[in-house]
Amino acid sequence: MSGKKKKKKGSDVRKQPIQKKEVAKAYEKYAEQFTPKPTYVKNCLKAFLVGGLICAAAFYVQNQLMGKGIDEKDAGTFVTIMLICTAQLLTGFGWFDTIGKVCGAGVIVPIRGFANSMVAPAIEYKKEGIVLGVGSKLFSLAGPVLACGISSATAVGIIYWLIEKF
Amino acid sequence: MEYIYAFITGGVICIIGQILLDTTKLTAPRILVIFVVSGVVLTAVHLYQPLVELTGNGATTPLPGFGYALAKGAMDGAKDGFIGAVTGAVKATAAGVTVAIAFGYFIALVFNPKSMR
Repeated sequence: MSGKKKKKKGSDVRKQPIQKKEVAKAYEKYAEQFTPKPTYVKNCLKAFLVGGLICAAAFYVQNQLMGKGIDEKDAGTFVTIMLICTAQLLTGFGWFDTIGKVCGAGVIVPIRGFANSMVAPAIEYKKEGIVLGVGSKLFSLAGPVLACGISSATAVGIIYWLIEKF
Repeated sequence: MEYIYAFITGGVICIIGQILLDTTKLTAPRILVIFVVSGVVLTAVHLYQPLVELTGNGATTPLPGFGYALAKGAMDGAKDGFIGAVTGAVKATAAGVTVAIAFGYFIALVFNPKSMR
């Protein structure tokens, strides 16, 4: 009895991958009909304008701060903090997705995308608790960025230290 | 004039991101990683520093600027010895990373998921 069952199960498993592949192929074709072709020029123009505006605005704020007697390095840090906080607040209110849809890479590439990528999954996984849900998902997208960035920068630092030493 | 430089540089970096997003199948996190690592590499070979001096926030606000800050911290720290080389990168970006983590955690606790509008 049990042997029969096993046999049946085995044949099912063998059949499934082929079917799955076919389904996936058919779905891809089906989905292609509805996927709008990206309008490259328009998207690039939007990204350019939005990204440029954010950078110019950051520059303006930094100049204003420096005018008040804060030195350049601290002013730069303040600007970064402001950009991160506004991006995370917008994500919290649920507006960032809408803005991101309209502006494309214009808002993703400035440091705001990094801030958004931390909060968005963290909010989604709130149900799993504030430690394993929010705490770990905060890094699901930011983790790779931090890991790759810090590792490569440390490698650069050590190489420079070696050059200096020998 | 400096504002125009900042505008153009920031815009061009965003266009590169948009082109990567549209023409390749790379997902957003991969593009972020590519940007940060390229910022680190460009800084290491002394190509990013002139850009920052010329355009200010145009080069430091986008993500390669994060890589620039990391690499610059490490390179500056390397002058003080091995410990400096290891601690420099995180030290230079500590403010941004700390705020992003702490404020992000706080925001995630306060707000609830919303559907896209």
